[in-house]
Amino acid sequence: MNEHGSPSTPATVGTPALTGLSATEIDRSCRAPLLVLFVSAALWLLVGSVFALIASIHFHSPGFLADIAWLSYGRLQPAGTECLLYGFCIQSALGIGLWLFARLGRARLAQSLLAATGALFWNLGTALGLGGILAGDRTGFVCLDMPGYAAPLLLAGYLLIALSSALTFHHRTERSLFVSQWFLLAALFWFPWIYSTAQLFLVTWPVRGVAQAMIGWWFANNLQTVYLGLAGLAFVFYFLPKLTGNDLHSRYLALLTFWMLLLFSSWGGISQSAPTPAWMPTLSTAATVLNLVPLLAVGLSAYQTTRPGSSPRAPSLPLRFVLFGVVAFLVAGLMQVLGVLPRVCEITDLTWFGAARCQLHLFGFFAMTALGAIYYIVPRLLEIESPSSGLVRAHFWLAACGITLVVVPEALAGIAEGLKLQDPNHEFVEVMRGTLHFLRVSTLGLLFIAGGQALFLGNLAAQTFRFSRSRAATTYAEVTADLFKIVEVKP
Amino acid sequence: MNYGPLIFLSAFFALAGSWFGFVITPQVQIGRLQPTNTLGNPLTYPLARPGLAHQGLEVYRANGCADCHSQQVRQTGVLLEVALADAGTNKPAVVAALVKFKSGLSEADAQRVLAELPKTLLRGIQRQEADAALKLLSTAGAKAALSIVPQGPDLARGWGRRRTVAEDFLYDNPVLLGAQRIGPDLANAGSRRPDLNWELCHLYAPSSEVKGSAMPACRFLFEKRPTEPGLAPEALVFPGGMDPAPGYQILPRPEAMALAAYLLSLRADAPLFEAPLLSSAAATNAPAAPAATTNTPSAHPAKSS
Repeated sequence: MNEHGSPSTPATVGTPALTGLSATEIDRSCRAPLLVLFVSAALWLLVGSVFALIASIHFHSPGFLADIAWLSYGRLQPAGTECLLYGFCIQSALGIGLWLFARLGRARLAQSLLAATGALFWNLGTALGLGGILAGDRTGFVCLDMPGYAAPLLLAGYLLIALSSALTFHHRTERSLFVSQWFLLAALFWFPWIYSTAQLFLVTWPVRGVAQAMIGWWFANNLQTVYLGLAGLAFVFYFLPKLTGNDLHSRYLALLTFWMLLLFSSWGGISQSAPTPAWMPTLSTAATVLNLVPLLAVGLSAYQTTRPGSSPRAPSLPLRFVLFGVVAFLVAGLMQVLGVLPRVCEITDLTWFGAARCQLHLFGFFAMTALGAIYYIVPRLLEIESPSSGLVRAHFWLAACGITLVVVPEALAGIAEGLKLQDPNHEFVEVMRGTLHFLRVSTLGLLFIAGGQALFLGNLAAQTFRFSRSRAATTYAEVTADLFKIVEVKP
Repeated sequence: MNYGPLIFLSAFFALAGSWFGFVITPQVQIGRLQPTNTLGNPLTYPLARPGLAHQGLEVYRANGCADCHSQQVRQTGVLLEVALADAGTNKPAVVAALVKFKSGLSEADAQRVLAELPKTLLRGIQRQEADAALKLLSTAGAKAALSIVPQGPDLARGWGRRRTVAEDFLYDNPVLLGAQRIGPDLANAGSRRPDLNWELCHLYAPSSEVKGSAMPACRFLFEKRPTEPGLAPEALVFPGGMDPAPGYQILPRPEAMALAAYLLSLRADAPLFEAPLLSSAAATNAPAAPAATTNTPSAHPAKSS
């Protein structure tokens, strides 16, 4: 790869370049908007986890909080999901994306004020949308539950940050592109398209009948699998080589993943039972099965890049997060492919199996990868030492165990439920009661996750505090330096 | 050479493909769907939901009912039934035909069958077998009817008499098909149990109506007032003398009434051309059957796949 003069590994990017722009200077230019994005993302992640936790208590006691409308399962549960999606996933994707555009292009962040304003808008929109869901204004469409009045703020915030990203990319001094930039550019471009389409056709001028459901499924799939897939894999392809110190195994394999994601994954998400013309679910199923190609490519890439033996160092903590993300991506992808196969989908459709896959993709793959990236970026941003490894390790284990404890029981509950529902002699209530003990285990998992995210927020806050304290100390020293000089000179 | 624009265009078209395929095409194909007519009688289907039920959909949406309840009755395939309506004049030929396609049937049995018409002769058979039987019977001069029986666990469970089709949601906004079944399917909630008091009691305290129900109670849709000045006419009557709040009467708020009206309006059981009904009385529909016979080839192979 290097014979073409392209940077095969981003490790070369971080070192002081010929252009004279050092990594530290680039990081400094990113500092303000990225801190806003990361700290608020951490806050939303915690809020979302707590919502999900409270919602899950309804499975232990159906009468829990039944007198308070905004604390009912039907409002807390979507609020938690949207919080995780819009508050954490997309926000952190934008933040890490900004940093990668600046670092990979060896350029200062362009228009950082725009990006910071965008972050502000995005967070206002998220808060407004969550308030709307809790007040009963949800739209009813998965992944697009925030009411229509939050959408302009969200879209404006996104576009401002995207503009800053695009300008940073435009002003890049490193002309040749690293694969992560391909993924990030496509993701940057695709979100406004799918979001405005869904918002216009479902909320502003709703189309009639089942066409709504089709567009809803298309949006949900494209947001989760394509947008977050592209962004998450961009981080994987950057951070795996960076953190292991190896070269990226193959640029071509990574680009193959890119094209396959665009071509196949964007057609998924329509279940076979959908009451639509038969060609739609059929096409969707075929495309989802072809997702095996990018899955294999990612698996091979990740394996070859991190191959044991080639890296003598023990995996650093951010690397653990990213590796967990890769494994979760592969497992969630396989679950998706399995779940659309004709015989299997009759059993797993409309059960907890789909929910488990979705949790694994969002929490396990995207959130974990992004958390690893944030743990890597923030100390560099603030020019301080890495946070206490004990806390980060505790966060990793809490999150990893939590996700496993959520996903495995939910998937098992889904399979058990689906198999029993095949036989009409099983009473529905009995089948449901059978899944309850699985769901109660998953509450424990959600508790772990919420604990982990609290540690993350605390960690981030502590780093920011340490940074501002050291900044304050330096500023104080600078300001008072003259005084001391005068005192010294006088005698 | 600069490949940038070429790559951008390729990515653009790759993504635009799914937009055309799954946003624009569905809008063209099903977004302009018109009401259709039901089979057997000259009614149009669907009719818009009545006003209160329409408001109830908003309550259904706002409180996330669709997070736990689907409205999709699924069909996994179809099987056929052949019924003999009338033996015609050439009885010996019909008996011969019966003996020929129905294995294990003696001539005496066949004579007895002819005495008890109309009678379903074959159940749960595939198309080829049914066609062969029909051909034999019609050559013998008998009137035979073919009916289509949809199959699937949802139908067997009694969640509906036919699969859900796009028309069922024509007047709904938003269309909430649901993604998960934490609770039972509601596509036919109204025809399964048309009882307002049951719906309201079930919303207030689900376990009062369904033993062991894990559904979260929706007490926020109700008001609790002392029984002192007297019982209001709309106060809930709990089954079996059960009283979840002694000394109080439970009154539904307007939202609860709207939601219950919506649930009672859920009946997706009109017989439609593209979705055969699961009918317990298939053999008695002899007059309508010839039409169904001619419709089968075009309507069903695609659906059952």
